[in-house]
Formats: sequence, C-alpha cells, structure tokens
Amino acid sequence: MIGSISSEMILAILPEIVLLALVAVIFVVDLVVSDERRGMLATITAVGLLLTLVLTALFSRPGPEAVLLWGGMLRHDWLAFIFKIIFLVGALLTTIFTIGWEPIWRKGEFYVLLLTSTIGMTLVGASGDLIMLFLAIETTSIPLYVMAGFLTRDDKSNEAGFKYLLFGAMMTAVMLYGFSLLYGFTGTTNIYELTTAIGAGEIPAAVLVGAAVLVLIGFGFKVAMAPLHFWAPDVYEGAPTPVTAFLSTASKAAGFAALTRVMVAAFPSITLEWTTLVAIGAALSMTLGNLIALSQTNIKRLLAYSSVAHAGYALLGVAAASELGVASVVYYFLVYVVTNMAAFGAIIVVYRVVGSDEIADYAGLHRRQPLLGLVLLLAFLSLAGIPPMGGFFAKILVFAAAVEAGLIWLAVLGVLNAIIGLYYYLIVLKVMYVGESKDADKPLPVLRPHSAGLVVSVVALLVLGFVFGPFYQWAVSSASALF
Amino acid sequence: MSTVQIVFLFVGFMILLAAWMMVSRSNLVHSALWLVVALFGVAVLFVLLEAGYLAVIQVLVYIGAIAILMIFAVMLTRGDVESLTHITNRYAGWAAVMGAFLLFGLVIVLGQWPAFQTTSPEAIESANPVLDLGMAFVSPDGFTVPFIVASVLLLAAFIGAIYAAFPRKKGE
Repeated sequence: MIGSISSEMILAILPEIVLLALVAVIFVVDLVVSDERRGMLATITAVGLLLTLVLTALFSRPGPEAVLLWGGMLRHDWLAFIFKIIFLVGALLTTIFTIGWEPIWRKGEFYVLLLTSTIGMTLVGASGDLIMLFLAIETTSIPLYVMAGFLTRDDKSNEAGFKYLLFGAMMTAVMLYGFSLLYGFTGTTNIYELTTAIGAGEIPAAVLVGAAVLVLIGFGFKVAMAPLHFWAPDVYEGAPTPVTAFLSTASKAAGFAALTRVMVAAFPSITLEWTTLVAIGAALSMTLGNLIALSQTNIKRLLAYSSVAHAGYALLGVAAASELGVASVVYYFLVYVVTNMAAFGAIIVVYRVVGSDEIADYAGLHRRQPLLGLVLLLAFLSLAGIPPMGGFFAKILVFAAAVEAGLIWLAVLGVLNAIIGLYYYLIVLKVMYVGESKDADKPLPVLRPHSAGLVVSVVALLVLGFVFGPFYQWAVSSASALF
Repeated sequence: MSTVQIVFLFVGFMILLAAWMMVSRSNLVHSALWLVVALFGVAVLFVLLEAGYLAVIQVLVYIGAIAILMIFAVMLTRGDVESLTHITNRYAGWAAVMGAFLLFGLVIVLGQWPAFQTTSPEAIESANPVLDLGMAFVSPDGFTVPFIVASVLLLAAFIGAIYAAFPRKKGE
C-alpha cells in the first residue's frame, strides 16, 4: 500500500529540499563560527538562495500539463513555479540587504527563520490540499512574527512583532474555521476535489458563501486587503527594514498565490458572490491606501500604505476571475517584488548612513549619491506605473482584466487611484532632487553587496518593462494552469 | 433515542459548559482545570466515533502534557493567579449577538441540507487502524509532505520562541 517516489515528485519539491539543506548548513556554521566572522552567515544564505534559484529554474520546471503529486498534496504547475521564483528572488534580495544591518546579520536564527518562511511560501504556491495549505501558511507566518519583532531591545520592533502575532493568530483561526466548514460539508480536503464534491452534495449556497467569506478574510489579512489592512502600517514601520521589504513583497505574493488558486479552483459555483467581495476589497484597498499615504511623513509608513494600495490593484486581477486576470496578478507580482525591493533597498542604504526614515531627511539625497537617487526615482516611477518601467505594464494588465470582466467602474477607480499614487511618489522625489539640506555635500557610501542588490532589482524592473513578451508568456502559462 | 445519542448529548453539553466556564473564570488555574474537562469530553467524542487511538492520544498529550504544562506555567510565573480583572471589553455584547446570529444561521442552513438527515456510513473496518495512521504519515501518496512540513514548522517556532525569550547580554 506504500506508493513509490518518482523522480518527478522529487524534482517538484527540489527548492524545498535545497532550502532545508541550507537551513541545516546555517545551523552548523552558526555553531562553529567565531564571533568576528559571523557576517559569513548572510553570504552563505545569499549564495545558497542563488543556488536554489538556479536549480529550481533548471530542474523544477513543470511540464505543459499540471499534475497533482504526493497524494494530491502538491500541484506541480506553472503558477506554483513562477511564484516559487518570485519568493526566492524576494528572499535573496532580502538577504543581500540584511548584510551590515546590526545586529541581525550576525544572527544565525534570523536566516534560519527567513529560509523556513521561504519554504512555507514555496509550498503555499503549490498546495493542492487544505491541510497542506494551512501548514504552509503557518510555516510562512510564524517565522515572520518573530522576524518582525527581531530587535528585542527596540520597543517599536517588539510592538510590530506582537501585533502581527496576535492579529495573525486570530485571522488564522477565522480562516481555519472556513476550511473546517468546507471539509465538513464536502468530506474532502483536496482543493481540486472540492468542486465536484460541492456539486454532488447539494450544499446550500449560503454555507458555501459563508465558508468563502471566512477563507477570504484569512487570505485578505495576509495580503493586507482593506478593511483588513490595519496591522500593516504599524508592523511595516516597526519591523527591521529588511523584514518589512520581505513582508511587503514575498509574503504578500504568497497570500495572492493562495487566494487565486483556492478561489478559482474551489468556488466556481459562487463566482459572482466572491468576485463581488474581492472587487469591494480592491476598491477599498486602493482608495484607503492611496489617500492615507498622502499624509505620511515616514517613508516606511508611506510604503506600507502604498503596499495596501498595490494589493488593491492586484486584487483587480483576482476579481476578474479570468485567465487574463490571473495572468495579470502573476505579472504584477513579478514586477512588484523587484520594484519594492529596489525601493526598500535604497531606504536601507540611506538609513545605514543617515539613521532616519523621515522623508524630510531625504533632502538633497540626489547630490549626496546620484546613483542611489536614480534607483529611488526608477523604483518610485515603476510603483506609480509610468512607462517604460515594469509597473506600467503590470497596471495596464490588471485594468484590462477588470474591463474584460465587466468591472469597468473598478478599472476607472483604479486609474484615478494611480494618479493619486503618482502625487505622493513625486513628493518624495521632489524632496530628494530639489530639497535643500545642510548635509548635501557629505558623501553617502553604499556597501558593495547592497549596490549589487540594487542594480539587479533596477535592471529587472527595466527588463520587465522593455522586454514584455517572454515574461507575459510565463504569466499566461501559469494562468492557464488554473483554468 | 439510542444509548450512543444520549451519551453524545450528555458529553456535548458537558464540553460546552466546560468551555464556557474556562473562558469566563478570572482565576487562571480554574480556567486550566475547566480546559482539562473540555479536552476530556473531546476524548469521549473520539471514542463514540470509534477512534480509540485518537482518544488515547487526546488524553495523553492534551490532558497529560499540555494542560498540566499550562497549570505549571501559570503557577510558576504569576504570583497572583486571580489578577485578571477585565475578561470582557465593551464589544462583548456585539460578539454575543454575532455569535448567536452565526449559530442560528448554521442551524437553519444545516436543517435544510439533505445530507444532514441521512445516517452516517459505518466506520471503515480496518484490522489495524493505528498501522493505517502510521502508513498515512509515511506513504508518498499520503501525508508525507505535510508531516515533514509540520516538523519544519515546529522547529522554526521552537527557534523563534527561544530567540524571543532568551536573556540577552548587554548591548545586543
């Protein structure tokens, strides 16, 4: 009765296996390395993640047909594959930007937690079963709670970690209640068997909608969809900036990976109901995120609200519930992960020297370090959706998906919001380029790994803008895996 | 009404009462003891469902280990176990209304659901249910991946908890 393990099954979880081996390596190195040479932990993690990325891209590529593996627990398809790439890129850039960040880059625990969280994310993207999905989401979240509160002597970081833990645990309970209702009514936990079971069981629509709402609340919290975004600003501001970068890119992408897969695969019979809810969430997220971002003076808080708004734009693609919609979400996150990483990388570089996250302290940055100014300029213009940066196509795609699905009001609202967004991004750029500061002639050194990370992110976001075709093709293949 | 149903109703009522007492006591040790009662009731439910192994595990792990650990933790860390003054806040009324609403909604919907009226199928006869359970954990067609991921999750939670609780040297 024990089945055999095929090479296909191993290759499907290759990234997880390599990451777990990396965790073991970090454990051993952390134990034996002397205190002065602890910086090598970050290097090992970064090299290991790069290796994982290369191995995944080479060997873990799914075939044209999606397959359910490991007894239906995991689905090996293009959606999972592309999201794995996104998570690994996010983790890699986060690791690079932690280099030199005292005291976390000398802590083996930090990298173990970061890698475990990444393992969770790669499994979230591939889960084909509610049990697997729940465990994967928890494996993603629990390390993140500790990472947000990692600076145990810093009150704001403690507050961030504790708030995130309490809200996160509560929302997980809500989501789990939704899962248990689904299992109770259908008798199966497999996401791809739920649809048939729902059809066969004559389950009342009210129960189904109720379960869908509970599940949606759980995922909505993870992606900071308004009105479940309340945790994001405090946590993003208080957490160490590299953790904020990881939270706002990879963790958000993981939420979207689960959201698109579960909603599209499990609830086709109540599409109208759940897409309406997602559409309302999208409208609220965009509008609230952008309007509150207007009045922020701290750049991390500004990016926190901007990331709520960006979750709103990406939700447009989910609300469309079509192939184009899912493709647009995937493309959105391909762009968003590198764009936001570039922005947060620049903030980390500035904080290292200036010691502040206030927008006012960015005055004259352009003269102190012109290339860093350029990085922030490109990242913010991409976030605002200005061509030829990747952010432009990402926004066009989600708006197109909304229009195609008949949600024209939402697309119009999205365009209006993009204009509001442009305003506050430009304010930061104005401070940076035009603002006067008495420190304007002091140099602003950048560590070599940080410059490498920034260059990679900026080149990626430009490539995603200029060479649109192949990446869009990726997004389309991952969308077709769902329908 | 069959004997099993009577036992079920009795145990179900006992669990609900214990759960209510657990969350409404201001003395943490009393709460923990009521939790033991609720967990024991769940163990009885497992027996009624012919899941003997799970019932044993429930008693051993949840009552024998976790609940006792909680009581020890409470007694070792808090000098004054009755200091919980505010158990409810001003939203308690709303929460009660929402909860009642949800309960009646579920009862009504369940009443209309045809599958709710049918009798449950007999439990699958198995020569060795514990063997089946063990096989499910290690079989590639079963729950191998979740099983391993659960251990990774626990490892990460362990490291995180130790990191957060470990006393620091000056300047760290």
